Amino acid sequence: MTAAQILGEVFYSIIGLVFILVGVKALKDEGCTKKYTTAAFWFLLAFTFICGPWVPKWLVGAAIIIMAVLTAINGVVQSRNDVPDPKEVRANADKFGYKIFIPAGCIALVAVVGATLGSKVPALSWLTANNAIGLSGLVALCVAIALTGCAPKYAAIDGARLMDNVNTTGILPQLLSALGALFTAAGVGDAISYYVSMVVPDNNILIACFVYCLGMALFTMIMGNGFAAFSVIMVGVGIPFLISKGGDPIIVGALGLTAAYCGTLCTPMAANFNIVPAALLETKSKYSVIKSQIPFAVCMLLIHVVLLYVFAF
Amino acid sequence: MLIRLIGVAIVVVGLILKFDTIATVVLAGVVTGLVGGMSIMDILTTLGTSFVSQRTATLFVLTLPAIGICERYGLKEKAIDFIRSIKSATAGRVIIVYEAIRTVASAFSIRLGGHPQFVRPVVVPMAEGAAVAKYGEITDEMSDVIRGGSAAAENYGNFFAQNCFMGSSGTLLIVSTLVGLGYEQVNALEVAKWSIPVAVISMVLGTVRNILLDKQLDKEASKGGNK
Repeated sequence: MTAAQILGEVFYSIIGLVFILVGVKALKDEGCTKKYTTAAFWFLLAFTFICGPWVPKWLVGAAIIIMAVLTAINGVVQSRNDVPDPKEVRANADKFGYKIFIPAGCIALVAVVGATLGSKVPALSWLTANNAIGLSGLVALCVAIALTGCAPKYAAIDGARLMDNVNTTGILPQLLSALGALFTAAGVGDAISYYVSMVVPDNNILIACFVYCLGMALFTMIMGNGFAAFSVIMVGVGIPFLISKGGDPIIVGALGLTAAYCGTLCTPMAANFNIVPAALLETKSKYSVIKSQIPFAVCMLLIHVVLLYVFAF
Repeated sequence: MLIRLIGVAIVVVGLILKFDTIATVVLAGVVTGLVGGMSIMDILTTLGTSFVSQRTATLFVLTLPAIGICERYGLKEKAIDFIRSIKSATAGRVIIVYEAIRTVASAFSIRLGGHPQFVRPVVVPMAEGAAVAKYGEITDEMSDVIRGGSAAAENYGNFFAQNCFMGSSGTLLIVSTLVGLGYEQVNALEVAKWSIPVAVISMVLGTVRNILLDKQLDKEASKGGNK
């Protein structure tokens, strides 16, 4: 194992510890009716993160199946959180002022600076982009504790609290990338591209760019989930029609997901972003947010096609 | 050929019918494997192997403890203080300022709380306040336009700037998907860099959108005056 990989495993183990904390929090919560299934989910997830590389992989696969069953039966819920008292937060805000943005800003800055140095300086080659993200989280945590003088135990309490807020959807990106890999292995990409090639003339890059962006947006509109659309359209359209024709995978990837978000703006399926806010703001029409967004989304999607065509090739 | 797409169909149907997302995705993977002639053991092994190698996508968890502590010490409150301190003459301009703040916050992964904690209690009252000051009173239609526009600005800033942050789950999804498909040169720094143009364009387009929103309000207000 290289130094970069060892550091990576350390970070994944820390993530595993956060999952264990969420599980323990559920077990300790007497008021939580589903504490055993909730804890089982988080402990299994921690197992895949900490032990994953060292055990037979079918065990990890089995753990994922059990986790899916636990979420399917609605067995994973949020347990009681140590939510900061609003009065206390207000007092803290007045005391520390805008300085509280320093640790928050550190996360983004340390990640960018670290990854840039890591890619330029040979002695820092262990600082891969992934490790820079991990490092940024730790640096920001140290700065936050130094600045506020809060007890370090809050790193654990607040980390577990936010993880519990994100809840099971937090592992969705990871599951979807795994699904993308499985789709490709099983020939799903070939099948989609077989059908797409009926409408896309061979080697017409502009039309391929258009179909890719539109596919991202339409799939997102149907499913209400840009991440899921990304996995499917990347495998079926992005790889065969853009990247394998010389498109830069970084640009095709980056623009693909935001093209999918153009679809998110137009669909009631993305209820959390469009329908719930309309209800929350008590607008007369429940589609007032979507109506407001459609012209923007259409312009944005067309701009994506142009950016993709100009920069990726 | 068509049968291979059953996994895609399962994801689509499952999400439309609002079945549990995690279970839907896992089921789609398993069924795709079965249709492709893989044994149960093969499927478990493939699923486990790719899940372990895709742990990248969940790296954002490492930023949660720091963000949690910042929130405990007033991160959101200070963001609200900041926007309240800004004086803007029109509803559209209030929304433009909010979108700018939301865009920067999103690029730095600072969670402002979105519609329930920011748009409803802060942005909408400020924007409607500006409109009342300008037009005297506002109709329900005008209020709907302002509220729709405020909620939309939150979504623009959130969606189109979040990938500028290396540790955002979207950026990590892109990286882990493409690396998993064999494109080793894709990393979070490069994806974040290439997400900047869209974030900037979104801000420009949002500004235009809200200038038009002011024009729309002018028109609605003069219509109301004729009645």
